[in-house]
Amino acid sequence: MKIDVLIPESPEEAAAQFGDGDGVSVMAGGTIMMQLLNYRRARPERVLMLHKAGLDYVRRANGSVTIGAAAVLSDLTGAPAPLGPCAAHIGDPEIRGQATIGGNLFASPTPEYPLGDLQGPLLALGAEVRSAGAGGERTQAMEDFLADRRGRLALEITFEKPAAGAFETLRRPHSKHYTPLAVSGARTAAGDLRLAATGAGGPGRRLRAAEAAAGSGSGFGEGAGRAALQDAEPVDDALASAWYRRRVLPSLVERVLAQLEVTR
Amino acid sequence: MKLIVNGARREVGAAPLDSLLSVLREELDITSVKAGCEAGGCGTCTVLVDGRPARSCLIPAARAEGAEITTVEGLGTPDDPSAVQQSFLHHYALQCGFCTPGLVVAAAAYLEGGGSDDPEAIASAVSGHVCRCTGYGKIVEAIAAAARGDEFDLESTALDVNTVVKTGGS
Repeated sequence: MKIDVLIPESPEEAAAQFGDGDGVSVMAGGTIMMQLLNYRRARPERVLMLHKAGLDYVRRANGSVTIGAAAVLSDLTGAPAPLGPCAAHIGDPEIRGQATIGGNLFASPTPEYPLGDLQGPLLALGAEVRSAGAGGERTQAMEDFLADRRGRLALEITFEKPAAGAFETLRRPHSKHYTPLAVSGARTAAGDLRLAATGAGGPGRRLRAAEAAAGSGSGFGEGAGRAALQDAEPVDDALASAWYRRRVLPSLVERVLAQLEVTR
Repeated sequence: MKLIVNGARREVGAAPLDSLLSVLREELDITSVKAGCEAGGCGTCTVLVDGRPARSCLIPAARAEGAEITTVEGLGTPDDPSAVQQSFLHHYALQCGFCTPGLVVAAAAYLEGGGSDDPEAIASAVSGHVCRCTGYGKIVEAIAAAARGDEFDLESTALDVNTVVKTGGS
């Protein structure tokens, strides 16, 4: 069967060719799509390739960081924590030079599947996503975007540089496709704290109870660590059991809070 | 579709989403580039794309068009091996050899980028390459020696190899 391959040369052309996304498979770095094609697990009819679409930029201005969806992970390793350390922790030098931030937002086929390491850090940073699709462009909070990504083409991710950020993780051997468990934290200049976990049930989820416990006057790091379990729904998989993830999550939260200096 | 492989322009009839790996092996007969996991995890299909190491199994042919592709053949020949190839030979940094072409191009890129002989930096640079004979110690040693600019007497190395082969061991 003939495959229709589209190679747009600008973000506008990419959005126009994507349309409402119906029947379109998007390939940026190829680290997800090419595996599926090599193993004959995908038979796309129309593939939109983003390598010439001018979406591979990282811009820093006025305290904010704006990242094109086709920017590769090796361009993000110097980004503020928790994003930079998380990007540096993924895969190996070659994979980091090929995989993109936009692909990472779509890495998990379902919200429960733990692929997509960058989602935790981007939730903690309060990032926004500009995307194209049916109804045109829109900009959404990362949490809303991740909740329903169907029919969207991510164009750009933006966040304010935090006053402090931290990333704590279980080790991720390079050949594994995701991190078993990681916690990201960021504090804004105004003092707002956001915490998010990767691998505590799905790729990324906010830890709101832990945020509240750490932010309240009576909050100690230890209490916030235990509170994190209220927002966790870890599962058993080949990398770690749910039991183990529950045991480790409070410690990772405490370490993140210690780095953010919100423990008192 | 036109590819530039080891400095030569090559016309290929590949479909746009065929992997560069399959094009190199099956159309251009460059079988040094190994098909290992074909999912980006093992490293043995690594080639240089415009000087940067990349997994050829994850690169669609349409994307390789116009780029400078370098395989291990583009680094040196048996008569005139590159520094890292000489060092791998001198240190016997291979057993079955399946991971070697990917490791050699990754090491060449590491050295080209000014990499040092620090074993941790080397291990990090080649961390995406799996050697199932587990000869990692010799591999890191070989890359470190090449980083230092060590020179080797390959005639005596070749003699040693022949001796080992003829006597069936050391």
